[in-house]
Amino acid sequence: MIELVDVRKAFNQGRPNEFWAIRGVSLTVDANRVTVLKGPSGSGKTTLLSMIGCLSRPTAGRILFETQLLSGLPERFLTAVRRGTFGFIFQQFNLIKGVTVLENVMLPAYPLGGPRRRLEARAHDLLAQFGLAAKAGYRVEWLSGGEAQRTAICRALVNDPRVLVADEPTANLDTQLSRDFMGIVGDLRAAGKTVLLSSHDPEVYDSPVVDRVVEMRDGRLAGG
Amino acid sequence: MPIWLQRQKYLIDFTLASLLRRRAKNLGLLLVYALIVFALASVMLYTHALRHEAAHVLAGAPEIVLQRMVAGRHDLIGEEHIARIGQVRGVQTKAGRLWGYFYDPAVKANYTLMVPPDREIAPGDAIIGAGIARTRGLSAGDYLTLRGSDGKAHTLRVAGLLDARSELVSSDLVLVAEPFFRAFFGIPAGQYTDVALRVRNAQEVRKVAEKLTLLLPDTRPILRDEVLRTYDAIFNWRQGVVAVLLLGAILAFVVFAWDKASGLSAEERREIGILKAIGWETSDVIRMKFWEGAIVSLTAFLLGYLAAYAHVFLADAALFEPVLKGWAVLYPRFALVPTVDGLQLATLFFFTVFPYTVATIVPIWRAAITDPDTVMR
Repeated sequence: MIELVDVRKAFNQGRPNEFWAIRGVSLTVDANRVTVLKGPSGSGKTTLLSMIGCLSRPTAGRILFETQLLSGLPERFLTAVRRGTFGFIFQQFNLIKGVTVLENVMLPAYPLGGPRRRLEARAHDLLAQFGLAAKAGYRVEWLSGGEAQRTAICRALVNDPRVLVADEPTANLDTQLSRDFMGIVGDLRAAGKTVLLSSHDPEVYDSPVVDRVVEMRDGRLAGG
Repeated sequence: MPIWLQRQKYLIDFTLASLLRRRAKNLGLLLVYALIVFALASVMLYTHALRHEAAHVLAGAPEIVLQRMVAGRHDLIGEEHIARIGQVRGVQTKAGRLWGYFYDPAVKANYTLMVPPDREIAPGDAIIGAGIARTRGLSAGDYLTLRGSDGKAHTLRVAGLLDARSELVSSDLVLVAEPFFRAFFGIPAGQYTDVALRVRNAQEVRKVAEKLTLLLPDTRPILRDEVLRTYDAIFNWRQGVVAVLLLGAILAFVVFAWDKASGLSAEERREIGILKAIGWETSDVIRMKFWEGAIVSLTAFLLGYLAAYAHVFLADAALFEPVLKGWAVLYPRFALVPTVDGLQLATLFFFTVFPYTVATIVPIWRAAITDPDTVMR
């Protein structure tokens, strides 16, 4: 489904502080599977996830989604692919403070301009599915950590993406909430989603719902 | 609803929700902004309405007023002059007028005494303007005593008051009979203050004035258009004075608004990153900020302008009246006819709404073109 061919990523290229975060990664991510990128901090997990999710472009190499070459797309098209294909759950959840849970969930769909009634119904369905129906009108800063994460999951799913990308999703959760999260990941896989996670939490990479663990170190696949 | 329109609606909804998050700060900004628009619009509306009123009043005035000059000073004009005007082609009617200023030390105000050309007043009677009636506490049947040119006190019976609707021009008027006027000012029969001329063809007014200057070199023709221009200049000047007074406040607001609109907080930068990461395009972010600037400035403009309209036309411009109206003692009380000058409205709109909206968009441009992956770090 997603294929990376000798992908490299440099920051501050050509400057004295040039740094290569990814140094030639080739990888295939299968559809309808849960794949975890495992590795210590600084190993390049987040950088690789951001390139796969069209948040940034590789300095060299190719990234293909099915047959479409993503790495060469201009920003506008990259945004369209990101919006329609990928849903993101960030480490800090990155919800917009001061606005309601419902509005946060609907935000990724605004640029699509669909009918409001349909969008609201979809957001309410998702919130109900994740046990947040009663919190739809709450401001996000009033939510607990677990509720904030489930809100972030609803937001990631609102455009019905095929791939869910989660960067260190359990970093701010306790053990029970981390297990709950992996339970949700299992449900998403069962619903036909492809899930790509980055983590160095054993609750994640040792979870029975995970199909494949890819280990990274110093910008390369371990042993690669 | 078309997708494009629905997108704008979503953006506006989100912008409003965003603005409400910093309610106190944004409401404060809106109020100060509206206050500035209110002050500027009040001055503009008031002076424009006054000019309009003056033009309206002068529309019935004679096209040319002829004054006799002696060594550059206005002097009385005799019947022989009036007779010679008849030789000028284009003059429809000519009539000698009797009027003069009178300073009343009792109330420190100037009155205009006048013999009306179109109504009979019994000798010893006077019809007075509402301003004088208010200042002197007079009503019909009371007596008004003024000291004449002979040093003696002349008493007039107030026969009536002038219509309050014409107060803008009649506030200081005292209409008297011709014999009283001549006796009071010591003007002999056959002499007039000036001569009012009606000219049939408006295109010929300047030519007629030219001919009069040649025919009667000791006279000065005053054209109605010139009077209008003088009024314009006076009101423009007064408008300028108020604008200068307001300049400090406006500058303070500009600095404040620029800082508010153009400064992006770390929180705002973070939010832009999040929006881009979850699928918003750079143009969506810029449009959202455009709507933010437009909503704040348009609301302030509408609030300020409507308040100014009410202030000027419903509350008689109570705040700026003394500076803009200019009369000293005999302030006329009158309701201005509401008029709005399209160009003035457009100018105010351009100088208030446009800069704020631009100031909101420019810094966002720089923030919005950064890579969305910053939120991953």
